Amino acid sequence: MRHDHLITSKQFSRADIETILDYAAEIDDDPSAVADRHAGTLLGLLFFEPSTRTKMSFETAMKRLGGDVVDMGSIESSSVKKGETLADTVRVIEGYADALVLRHPKEGSATMASEFVDVPLVNAGDGAGQHPTQTMLDLYTIRENAGLDDLTIGIMGDLKYGRTVHSLAYALTNFDAHQHFISPESLQLPREVVYDLHQQDAPGIREHDSLEEILPSLDVLYVTRIQRERFPDENEYQKVAGEYQIDAETLEAASDDLTIMHPLPRVDEIAPEIDETEHAAYFEQAHNGVPVRMALLDLLLSDEAVLGGDDDE
Amino acid sequence: MSDDHDHHDGNDEHELRVSKIRDGTVIDHVRGGQALNVLAILGIDGSDGEEVSVGMNVPSDRLARKDIVKVEGRELSQDEVDVLSLIAPDATINIVRNFDVVEKHRVERPDVVEGVLSCPNAGCITTSGEPVTSRFTVLEDGVRCDYCGTIVREEIASLIDT
Repeated sequence: MRHDHLITSKQFSRADIETILDYAAEIDDDPSAVADRHAGTLLGLLFFEPSTRTKMSFETAMKRLGGDVVDMGSIESSSVKKGETLADTVRVIEGYADALVLRHPKEGSATMASEFVDVPLVNAGDGAGQHPTQTMLDLYTIRENAGLDDLTIGIMGDLKYGRTVHSLAYALTNFDAHQHFISPESLQLPREVVYDLHQQDAPGIREHDSLEEILPSLDVLYVTRIQRERFPDENEYQKVAGEYQIDAETLEAASDDLTIMHPLPRVDEIAPEIDETEHAAYFEQAHNGVPVRMALLDLLLSDEAVLGGDDDE
Repeated sequence: MSDDHDHHDGNDEHELRVSKIRDGTVIDHVRGGQALNVLAILGIDGSDGEEVSVGMNVPSDRLARKDIVKVEGRELSQDEVDVLSLIAPDATINIVRNFDVVEKHRVERPDVVEGVLSCPNAGCITTSGEPVTSRFTVLEDGVRCDYCGTIVREEIASLIDT
């Protein structure tokens, strides 16, 4: 069944993911083959939160497919400032664009917005909820570096509010992946996400408060930023922050093949000395956003029945 | 000993505390202390002139302590009964006409409840003044917001959108 909206990584079956990643790899090899595929197509960018990478990556992807973007601009200069609802905003912009990309600070915003529009809508991050296109480029990067089968992955940092983490964890349940979640107690995975992972019979889900014991067994370490503003007390932040920073000394206990990823931006979670090592995959990960989003946009804008998997979400 | 609405045996004393109704609905076997939430979920606050009787924490064979709600002149719809199941899963619904119970059935849990509960997650889009009706999927042991995914297992009655 064709799905017009891309809201959550729960939509993806293993077959969907493989199709999308294979197609992204094709595009990566020869972007010129799809250069005019969507000439005349306009993508509406609705970013209600600041974003550099995601927004520019969608913009680049659309332009590399031959299309263009219309941008709502900053919130300060938009009608949102005048009190317009999101439901009204998306209904107006769908009249201008052939597809919409939405970044919004509220959880469930993409689900709600998709109920008001007929053009395809892509969730580019809804509060602490989901970020499914980030997950696709994460999976692409993991597959390139470590493979997706028999994978042992550590996911570390702010797991409570980290939408990239929630999306990735769901998608990995399609594979034989052992997931280790490493965070301070106050930033553990939401219980709802843990509930879902168990519901999907994820093969190995474990939670830790320290990286130390699990690091040697990891194929991939996915690091996210622990945000200072999440802590009501600066002292509480300082207590935990140091434990979740990666430097050369930390990696002495890691496998030589460990791949380190990060959705970026980073602050001080990964020391610059890691950047030039074989472990670092985070800039490659960011670059992968373009071919992966080209593949996703092309599939969404075409009549191919690819997105959505076997279920009916 | 039975504690059905239309039986008068050892529970007479308790039954007398809540008068019989002529036509309407008796919601029996509500968990003790939930009667006012039952009224809230039905949107009954007395302002429309309904004649309502409430018995709270009366002895019950099945529940030890139960509440009873009797609403004169109103027969509950199936939707209303389904929603009641969220806070009163053991409830029995008695439809009364001319003092006789003409229908009696247990509540059944619906798959989804719409427009009844408010999401407790302040970060959920449904709490932001958008023109959207709340929607919760009913789980075995709670409810889950269809928009933000928040699961609520306890104190569901506190989410009733009054």
